[in-house]
Amino acid sequence: MTQHQVLEYDVVVIGAGGAGLRAAIEAAAKGASVGLICKSLLGKAHTVMAEGGVAAALANVDDRDSWKVHFADTMRGGHYLNAWRMAELHAQEAPERVRELEGWGAIMDRTPDGLINQRNFGGHAYPRLAHVGDRTGLEMIRTLQDHGIHEGIDVHMEVTVSKLLMDGGRCAGALAYDRERGRFKAFKAKAVVMATGGIGRAFLVTSNSWEYTGDGHALAYHVGAELVDMEFVQFHPTGMVWPPSVRGILVTEGVRGEGGILKNSEGRRFMFEDIPPLYKESTADTPEEGWRYVVGDREARRPPELLTRDHVARKIVKEVQEGRGSPHGGAFLDIAWIKEHIKDSEDHIKKKLPSMYHQFKELAGIDITKEPMEVGPTTHYAMGGIRVDPDSQMSTTVPGLFAAGECAAGLHGANRLGGNSLSDLLVFGKRAGEYAAEFAAGNTPVHLQDEQIDLAVQEALSPLERDPGADVGPYRLQYELQHLMQDKAGIAREEGGLTEALNELQELKTRAQAMGAGGSREYNPGWHTTLDLQSLLTVAEAVVMASQARKESRGAHSRLDYLDKDPEWGTVNLVLKKGHDGEMELRREVIPEIPEELQKIIEEQG
Amino acid sequence: MKTTTFKVWQGNSDGGELKTYEVEVDQGYVVLDAIHRIQAEQANDLAVRWNCKAGKCGSCSAEVNGSPKLMCMTRIDELPADKPITVEPMRTFPVVKDLVTDVSWNYEVKASIKRFSPKTADHEDGSWDMDQYDVERPQEFRKCIECFLCQDVCHVLRDHQLHDRFAGPRHYVYVANMEMNPIDTGDRVAELREELGIGYCNITKCCTKVCPEGITITDNAIIPLKERVVDQSYDPLARLIKLVKGSGD
Repeated sequence: MTQHQVLEYDVVVIGAGGAGLRAAIEAAAKGASVGLICKSLLGKAHTVMAEGGVAAALANVDDRDSWKVHFADTMRGGHYLNAWRMAELHAQEAPERVRELEGWGAIMDRTPDGLINQRNFGGHAYPRLAHVGDRTGLEMIRTLQDHGIHEGIDVHMEVTVSKLLMDGGRCAGALAYDRERGRFKAFKAKAVVMATGGIGRAFLVTSNSWEYTGDGHALAYHVGAELVDMEFVQFHPTGMVWPPSVRGILVTEGVRGEGGILKNSEGRRFMFEDIPPLYKESTADTPEEGWRYVVGDREARRPPELLTRDHVARKIVKEVQEGRGSPHGGAFLDIAWIKEHIKDSEDHIKKKLPSMYHQFKELAGIDITKEPMEVGPTTHYAMGGIRVDPDSQMSTTVPGLFAAGECAAGLHGANRLGGNSLSDLLVFGKRAGEYAAEFAAGNTPVHLQDEQIDLAVQEALSPLERDPGADVGPYRLQYELQHLMQDKAGIAREEGGLTEALNELQELKTRAQAMGAGGSREYNPGWHTTLDLQSLLTVAEAVVMASQARKESRGAHSRLDYLDKDPEWGTVNLVLKKGHDGEMELRREVIPEIPEELQKIIEEQG
Repeated sequence: MKTTTFKVWQGNSDGGELKTYEVEVDQGYVVLDAIHRIQAEQANDLAVRWNCKAGKCGSCSAEVNGSPKLMCMTRIDELPADKPITVEPMRTFPVVKDLVTDVSWNYEVKASIKRFSPKTADHEDGSWDMDQYDVERPQEFRKCIECFLCQDVCHVLRDHQLHDRFAGPRHYVYVANMEMNPIDTGDRVAELREELGIGYCNITKCCTKVCPEGITITDNAIIPLKERVVDQSYDPLARLIKLVKGSGD
């Protein structure tokens, strides 16, 4: 038998970004004993990078806003593939989740009346994003961290989960190892909350940190959880493109919310062309009207730069493809131009967008108060993930396994609105924690099986026993995978490329399973990468398979061979599950009919 | 693409040494890019912490050419080109492996500090009114990314190793953020004077100089807190007023 420590909790939360922390806080508040597993140090998770704000219909800036408008905006943004019940709960509960953060020490930017200020963002009808300059994610994760450390939660930092443990059909915990010494820990838990974030590291150009390797998606899938909407990967329209070392780093949508405009190499504001029919009525006709909207004129309509991310990203790609891109293959994003309207525009920009100012100044040598930025699409967010019950966030197929935040699916449908991820992780993090604690209280203890643990330990250790020189090494293999996904399953997809991608993924899988890692068990990132690769390859396969099946273009999923939306696909989600033979199986599932009162809200909001 | 020489400290708590690597450096490269390249091509198990690579998470703190820096925000073309670039772990904390140090002490200190405790909400929906002018000071402190470079450079910790009686600049910034939050009701002045040992700071401002977020740690956080300690501990009139108001320590 292998050596491992056993740690027992009512609830184990895997992942310590916003969703994981919020879930842990809630589970502890409900009286559960809670273990929180962080892949990195506490407070460093990817939430820290969220910039623009958290969407909640507080109606502090525009009193016409309400949960109903937020709900309708979210559904429209998701092209109606969303789990409508999640969109409803999210819109209703987000305001309270945001307000309670200030009771835990957060300090959002204020309106002149002293209320929480809100800013414009793509796809939101009214100024809705509570924010702190452009570091809202940092404010949120720090607030949750500083509150959470006093709630009796056991925090396990730099610990990586390699397998979920099962007791019959029920999730019973997780096997993990600590990075510092490479010692194994078996977490025994009556309920497990998955909050591991996204999958961006499967792509070459991404705004995501090294942690974003789809661990939660893959771990849950391998114990029988369903994945849904995996074809929808959000390419954020504005990542940095130059110099090469910063390619993919996020440029907040807040730049456009504060009046930033997109221009091509001819100086034309190309976003005024090709406005999608769903948004025709609500988009400004002229730059002048767009600016009036930015400064709060209630009669004015949104500038086209604030259309949804899927559309803006595609428009930038089109400009580049047609030879009107910026020198390094992007478009120009200009905030400096607001000096035409604002007297002390330099100070204004530095105040509203301090980290953007800093980021461009330090890393690209550009002063955004004077010059335009060069931007292009970057892999940003997975709309797809673990399929869950909308109210409880429990997996549809694995009892005792819950999921929240980016690794769960449903809320965003085919495309996520900016600001809806921070509210997602608060609303559904809380719900997952609450229902996990309830599940733990209402169910019998679990049993861990030594054979399962032994097998998992052997699997995790196997890369260290193999020859590290036999292939290109774990980092280069990951790089090959990223190239493959970027080229063949990226922002523009077609049948041939996707078929090739599926075949090449099988080959990479075989190589990854034979991959060796040099060095010892102590703080060994090479070894860790061999384990990350297993998760990455599972989620990559899910993305490619679902992308190949959905023969239309909708939201974030663009097919060059099926350029238009197909109404037949408009009521269908794609669900993936591990088959009995271990192969990935895909099926179509019709979205449950939306209740009349919610349909009415959608219609009323146009 | 040009080749640059790096000397990277590798080892563990038993000791280590600078190892030399020749690295191809691309345009705009930061030190972390070079470390990643070494990791991918020459030393797969080289230990380094990083997350966002955009100066927002505060994970990749190290000493570059002897200065405490975030590796992700230190451009190679801004370092002297005529000599090798040395990269070493933060010296104030025990080494785990290579560039990774054990910073758990910081988490323990923070957990020991009296938590934020708000006054009753101003509105029925649980919200508070706060003026933007009043929140700007604590908002400056809330920019902190917990990179612990200020802790690394502070001589009270670095040279005198007074970790058991001195909380360090990061935690004074943390306390200042709560003390200056308009809705907080906590009083941490006695704690600052005793357990957190703010008196050991002799305001050399080294912390302010290394802060990658540009927080004016000494002037805006530490000095005002020191003044509060002095006022509350040694000013008889202030003590009397506090006594009458019933909130004395």
